[in-house]
Amino acid sequence: MARRKILLVTTDQQRFDTLACNGGTLARTPVVDALAAAGIRYERATPQSVVCMPSRSTILTGQHPTTHGVWMNGVPLPADAPSVAELLRSAGYRTALVGKAHFEPFLDPFGRFEENTLAGEGTTTPHGGVHRGFEHLEVATHSGLGPWHYSRWLMAEHPETLGGFYPVLDAAFQVNAAGGGDTGAPQVKTNPIERGWYHTDWVADRTISWLDGLDADEDWFCWMSFPDPHHPWDPPESEVGRIDWHEVPLPEGYPASATERERLLDDKPRHWKLWYDGALVSNYETPAEWVPATLTADQVREVTARNAVEVELIDEALGRVLDRIAERGWADDVDVVFTTDHGELGGDFGLLFKGPYHVDALMRLPLVWRPAPSAGTAPAVVGRPVGLVDLAPTFCDMAGLEPPGWMEGRALPTDDADAGARGFERVLTEWDSELFGVDVHLRTITRDGWVCTAYGPGTCHDGTEGELYDLADDPRQHHNRWDDPAVRSTRADLLDDLRTSQPTPRRTRLEVEAPV
Amino acid sequence: MPPVTSSRGSVRRQVTIDAPPDRVWELVGDPARLPEWFPGIVSAVVDGDERVITTGAGLPMPERILTLDPLARRFQYRITSPMFTEHLGTVDVLALDDGRSLVVYSTDADPSVMALVIGGASGAALECLRTTVEGSP
Repeated sequence: MARRKILLVTTDQQRFDTLACNGGTLARTPVVDALAAAGIRYERATPQSVVCMPSRSTILTGQHPTTHGVWMNGVPLPADAPSVAELLRSAGYRTALVGKAHFEPFLDPFGRFEENTLAGEGTTTPHGGVHRGFEHLEVATHSGLGPWHYSRWLMAEHPETLGGFYPVLDAAFQVNAAGGGDTGAPQVKTNPIERGWYHTDWVADRTISWLDGLDADEDWFCWMSFPDPHHPWDPPESEVGRIDWHEVPLPEGYPASATERERLLDDKPRHWKLWYDGALVSNYETPAEWVPATLTADQVREVTARNAVEVELIDEALGRVLDRIAERGWADDVDVVFTTDHGELGGDFGLLFKGPYHVDALMRLPLVWRPAPSAGTAPAVVGRPVGLVDLAPTFCDMAGLEPPGWMEGRALPTDDADAGARGFERVLTEWDSELFGVDVHLRTITRDGWVCTAYGPGTCHDGTEGELYDLADDPRQHHNRWDDPAVRSTRADLLDDLRTSQPTPRRTRLEVEAPV
Repeated sequence: MPPVTSSRGSVRRQVTIDAPPDRVWELVGDPARLPEWFPGIVSAVVDGDERVITTGAGLPMPERILTLDPLARRFQYRITSPMFTEHLGTVDVLALDDGRSLVVYSTDADPSVMALVIGGASGAALECLRTTVEGSP
């Protein structure tokens, strides 16, 4: 019997509640919903970092950021970092990554990183035949401009579309704060591009093309990596009408009254409110010139609607890929994993984008694993905590390989009984950032229905601050119980576990080589 | 706390090299030899106090050499491309007591993001400088 083939589908910056199978009511996601119904849906999947490069490096290496060393965006994953793709390739799998990679910085005027130079050389085959375990690399990002395969294709075939995309960066190379759409929401723009030329469909098209080049009996691992629904929110104009933003209910996490928003933010460590007020910019991933306190309810509605449209387009694109897989006769032998690298604030607390904020908006991820039907795994819903760090050993399992010692996760549980028997109790998430004199450091543990974050000393923290939320009683993390005497022993227990569970840091800290 | 959105950024990288400063300066003090130790710079053409470098991405960048001081072992330059409102790059080669060298590469730029782009790349450049100097007789 052939070994199981593996399709890893990632999106970028997608909230848990944007999938219908997770209770979402806006976007129609029948393809992922069907995978969930036939497979395993995880209710508490957590990233080990809430920004792209560290999180994607965790997926590839099966290690926490402390171990693989990509501690913030702009730190490239070392070229010799371990890679599950390389492990699979060495075991005879054909390997490809199509879409957003981002193990290496985007802003690369020196052309130092292979992710950014391959397209310019007119090839999808890395130097030496392989890069990070991938023998085929075809890169797209959020824009039509740049040195990547998608942008070069667009430039060659449809140059008239380039100006239709939202300019991701402004003239000062900061993440753009300019508003658009009907409400002037940041990172929103009307994009007249034809749907079939947008990067979501391009990623699916190129994935299908790569799969079509394989022999029927080959084993393969394909990471199909959609750049959406990460901002900018500029989906094809023809599709925007699917969801009328005027009709979109405000997200449950969005407190409509400014007084309530400010009360909630004042209950958290001070960088939350400082950012909201425009008094602190701690990370590059949000528009530096945008002040969250200016966000209006209508802007939240419009962003939510456009985000949902992008989620629908991804679902439909995935459906096309799965159809082709079925046409190739592989349907029974393909494992499909659908997830994202981190979440999106999406209006929660009156905020958008992401940053050093370890709450469900950023930390509760969509994760669905539809095991190959030939494996005979029963459908299940898993409530115990799992992490993206567990994906790499899961891929090893699918391929019949023993996960190597350098992987820090474990193969995903197939149900809660399995999770309990194998001790899936806790997941760790970390944040470190240093940007022009501002540093922020968080260490978080999710366990026993609690999420507990300890702050290290930094620009606006003295190292005694923290956040403690009871996820059952307070699913929106509105009530920070860090200083609540009634849960002092719970806090102590979680902090002790957090401390003793920390991975061993690499010997030397890697340098930040670009903003992102 | 630092200013909320300062338009100017400052980044410093450094490396210790197991070689005397004069040997390090042979490379650092020759503006035309930059491609030998700065990954991603494929050419450097010097004409008087003007230098034009070309990056691996094909981007030409005009620069003005401000300081080339073999006694202080200090090299300073300014990127004059219009994408910068302001730029100052400083490379200092310092003698350590044990015969080794400390090389400090400072980048100040407006817009601030460009300080991180240039300064970030300078870390890899210093590492390349170290291996190049230590690997040469």
